[in-house]
Amino acid sequence: MSQKISSQTYVDKPTKTANMKVVEGSYAVAHAVMCCRPDVISAYPITPQTHIVEHLSQLVADGELDSEFLTVDSEFSALSVLVGSSAFGARSYSSTTSQGLALMYEVLYNVSGMRLPVVMNVANRAMGAPLNIWNDQQDSVGARDAGWLQIYVEDVQEAVDATLQAYKIAEDEEIRTPIMVCMDGFILTHVYEPVELLDKEMAKEFLPAYKPADILDPANPKTFGAFADPTTYTEFRYQQFEAQQKALGKIEKVAREFEKTFGRYYGGLLDSYLAEDAEVVIVTMGSVIGTIKDTIDAMRIEGKKVGLVKVRSYRPFPVLALRNALKDASVIAVLEKDVSIGSEAGLVTDLKAAFYNSNIRVPIIGFTAGLGGRDITIKDIRKIVQKAEAASKGIESEFEFLNLRTEIL
Amino acid sequence: MDIKAGRLVNPCSTRITKTGAWRTFVPVFDHEKCIKCSICEIYCPEGCIHQEEELFIPDLDYCKGCSVCAHECPRMAIEMVLEEK
Repeated sequence: MSQKISSQTYVDKPTKTANMKVVEGSYAVAHAVMCCRPDVISAYPITPQTHIVEHLSQLVADGELDSEFLTVDSEFSALSVLVGSSAFGARSYSSTTSQGLALMYEVLYNVSGMRLPVVMNVANRAMGAPLNIWNDQQDSVGARDAGWLQIYVEDVQEAVDATLQAYKIAEDEEIRTPIMVCMDGFILTHVYEPVELLDKEMAKEFLPAYKPADILDPANPKTFGAFADPTTYTEFRYQQFEAQQKALGKIEKVAREFEKTFGRYYGGLLDSYLAEDAEVVIVTMGSVIGTIKDTIDAMRIEGKKVGLVKVRSYRPFPVLALRNALKDASVIAVLEKDVSIGSEAGLVTDLKAAFYNSNIRVPIIGFTAGLGGRDITIKDIRKIVQKAEAASKGIESEFEFLNLRTEIL
Repeated sequence: MDIKAGRLVNPCSTRITKTGAWRTFVPVFDHEKCIKCSICEIYCPEGCIHQEEELFIPDLDYCKGCSVCAHECPRMAIEMVLEEK
């Protein structure tokens, strides 16, 4: 099982840029989905993912994609349809966001429990109430325990590439686990940026047709997700746990295979940016990475040893890879766009847990920021680094809401 | 019994999936008192009471200990006894 992380810097990619087009993030993802050739697409429009399925319905209507496109009455139905289609052996796709994902919650467990390799793009967005349509990652981080794999992407190109990789990971017979490809809503779904759209033929070669060993078939009847009493239920959960452990290796392997074919690599489980000699290492997920890298570049010129570790695979949580990537840091600052109300937040809690029984003794502090779409600026990243430096001499605050507006409280 | 990922089963899976495990009380039949009226067999919601060589016998692989049989028996020939495992 390979858990090595990349030392390659982001500025180098992509390497083969001959065919770049300026497109909207949602279109780029829809195009990538088309290249994955799903048999069934089922989705209920909910901003900011609406454009993804709008573009897909257009591609189907134009005859560019031969796929059953189902318009349903809710997100609950959207994912329930895919339980049936995926069990039938059809490659199945949906996308959702925030309240839509919440409405799917019950079905999330059915999909993962029946081991159906559905791929879903989650356009990350805040949960109401209060009513808010902007980006944060509360929706999918809140669904982290539902048995799905979760990959968080940094930019539109990675969203495109991760979508193709996702089917290859999910459909592996040893894994058979659904995946959420999580991309920051609006920031990535609505941005126009240069993207290298996937080549249909290359994608086909990379991702062959889906041929599962077991399907729903009237000629050979079977039941998926049948009754399991207390004498066997635990073992089914364990099988899912085991499959996620196997996915650690598979995610890395598929990322490398993708690199071989398409020339782009974002890390498998993790990636790092100038983290090797860094004293302060920021750990985060998603599109805020661009801002952090710019800040790091500026701070490096000033002589500050700051680095970044990007968590790409949040589930499975890459414990060993994280220990390896962060073992030499003097202090770790976790920045995330979610909060576990009543505790701290998802990533920082998981990271601390990953380190507790290891020999690595490094202070870890957590920041929740960017909730409900509040911008995270270069100034904010500098503030985090400053607080982290202070924490390396003794932690004053383990976890805080960054830029809390105390004056309006 | 091997389990298959995703709880994938073939038809007639209840033959291998026993459902009696959640029982707390077990019906004990007094065959002396029994008048063979079949009411227990008819009322059993699991359909797990059958006549074997004249005697009415509950299939304990599926009996959930609901007590309906004991409640309906006109001769009070069925006693629910705490089952300790």
